[in-house]
Amino acid sequence: MTAVVDLRGVTKSFGGHRVLDDVDLELAEGTVTVILGPSGSGKSTLLRTINHLEKIDRGQVRVNGTLIGYRQVGERLHELPERDILRQRSRIGFVFQQFNLFPHLTVLENVVEAPVSAQRRRRSEVEVEARALLARVGLGDKAAAYPRQLSGGQQQRVAIARALALHPDVILFDEPTSALDPELVGEVLAVIKELARDGATLVVVTHEVGFAREVADTVVFLDGGRIVEQGPPEQVIDHPAHARTRAFLDRVL
Amino acid sequence: MPSLSTVRRSAPTAPPSPRATEPVPPTGADHPATPPAPHTVTPSVDRPVLAVVPRRNPWTWVGVAGVGLLVAMFVNGLATNPGWDWPTFGRYFATETVIRALGTTIQLTVLGTVAGFALGLVLAAMRLSSNAFLRTVAWAYIWAFRSIPLIVQLLFWFNIAYLYQTISVGVPFGPSFASVETNDLLGALGAAVLGLALHQAAYAAEIIRGGILSVDEGQREAASALGIPRRRQLTRIVLPQAMRSILPNAANEVISLFKGTSIVSVLAIPELFYQVQVIYGRNSRVVPLLLVATVWYIILTTLLSVGQYYVERHFARGSARSLPPTPLQRLRARWAGFATQASQATRRPEQAVR
Repeated sequence: MTAVVDLRGVTKSFGGHRVLDDVDLELAEGTVTVILGPSGSGKSTLLRTINHLEKIDRGQVRVNGTLIGYRQVGERLHELPERDILRQRSRIGFVFQQFNLFPHLTVLENVVEAPVSAQRRRRSEVEVEARALLARVGLGDKAAAYPRQLSGGQQQRVAIARALALHPDVILFDEPTSALDPELVGEVLAVIKELARDGATLVVVTHEVGFAREVADTVVFLDGGRIVEQGPPEQVIDHPAHARTRAFLDRVL
Repeated sequence: MPSLSTVRRSAPTAPPSPRATEPVPPTGADHPATPPAPHTVTPSVDRPVLAVVPRRNPWTWVGVAGVGLLVAMFVNGLATNPGWDWPTFGRYFATETVIRALGTTIQLTVLGTVAGFALGLVLAAMRLSSNAFLRTVAWAYIWAFRSIPLIVQLLFWFNIAYLYQTISVGVPFGPSFASVETNDLLGALGAAVLGLALHQAAYAAEIIRGGILSVDEGQREAASALGIPRRRQLTRIVLPQAMRSILPNAANEVISLFKGTSIVSVLAIPELFYQVQVIYGRNSRVVPLLLVATVWYIILTTLLSVGQYYVERHFARGSARSLPPTPLQRLRARWAGFATQASQATRRPEQAVR
């Protein structure tokens, strides 16, 4: 199996505070990785370094072998021009906690925008595909609606369809259900589970331990900017080796 | 559920409740002695549905009478005071000279607005740039042009054209400035447009910058995460959303620029206000001619306001679950309402019970 996402020695500080400390992580194609950890442990920051929404201070991030955000010149990494970074990002799906749909565009326009403007694909062709994607997330009848006319769960499903429309190599989910009312969490998790079944490579930052146990191939437990332990859910969630993991799971379960 | 218990209290016979056999706890003043109400309320003939009477506010009517009196006095004055000299107003209101001057005023407004907001957009982008030099230059421009009174700036441009001519730099309006009368007119107009546009740009820049800042950071981030090219992020994602907060301020600016063109009369440009002054200088009918200008300013400002309403509505797409009806739609709905009411007039009492 080839590593789709490959992080080596990723280090990042905000001011004097080190949020990521020498993180190594390798994610195989077609796997689902769930990142757990207490708030402030660096989960979201780690996720955001993968598509260079967060610049790193040291280390390297590769997606399908391509260095993300930088170009290596000898022993140094030079940050790429924004245009090149944007092109790299269009192969990496990202789903936000707050959905961040474009409120002035219809659901269909939200999904169609990036494939047309970032990947220069034909609008007519993308529209057909977008409608199919919306049907797949159960919103085939909402193409003409505006995001604010939808529930939170529906908006997040549109956001997932929007990420899928780019045919990404990997999709990153940043606490996709944290902004949802409890009764809407299930419909979003169901869509993510279906993607996992179809063999997409997913990285999910979440607090839903039950989801992690059910869907994840690998659970990564992060604390204080370091990976405390990682492994299959039966190991990390049911038989955690580390006291900090146990303490965290006791609090959330 | 206080309302439920209130209803219960007025009911002399409560339906048997399963808890009625339980010992009733000691009741305070605010607890009815009747057993706790079950969750379903069975309609009862003994509990009539009470009609609601809105609160009356007699002082409002005193206020209405007072203000109404003042309005009546003002309208009466407009109609009867011979000083307004309505016949003269009527004679000059739509004369060719006035209409042509109005055209010049509109031309100045349009050119000032278009050039001003185009430069303002560039300045706003500079102020939001990550480059400190560009930020500083834009800041200094805005600082300078907001500090100089428009009238001073206009006179300055009027004279700098003359200055440029002496140092033999080809300026579009420079050479014509000092020559014959018709060209003179063109040169002054150029100076006026330039002055208005540069002045406007400083304000437009701040309005556009404020609008861009009002758009949630998550929008830029999402566009960026999707790989949407930078310029497209601005034109497709950020600016259309920024328009919602830009538009009311921009409309204010356009309207104040429109009226501000009257300042250009210091450059002897035959715009509306200057032309009216010329006419009353000849026939000394000051008040009716000022009224001519006033009414035209009001008419065009009204048109701009109506335009503003519809443009704002356009950019409000998706901001609410459904857009409120336009005044025209509301009027039509009300007419339709009157019609239905009229046809249902006979069934009225029945409706009131429901």
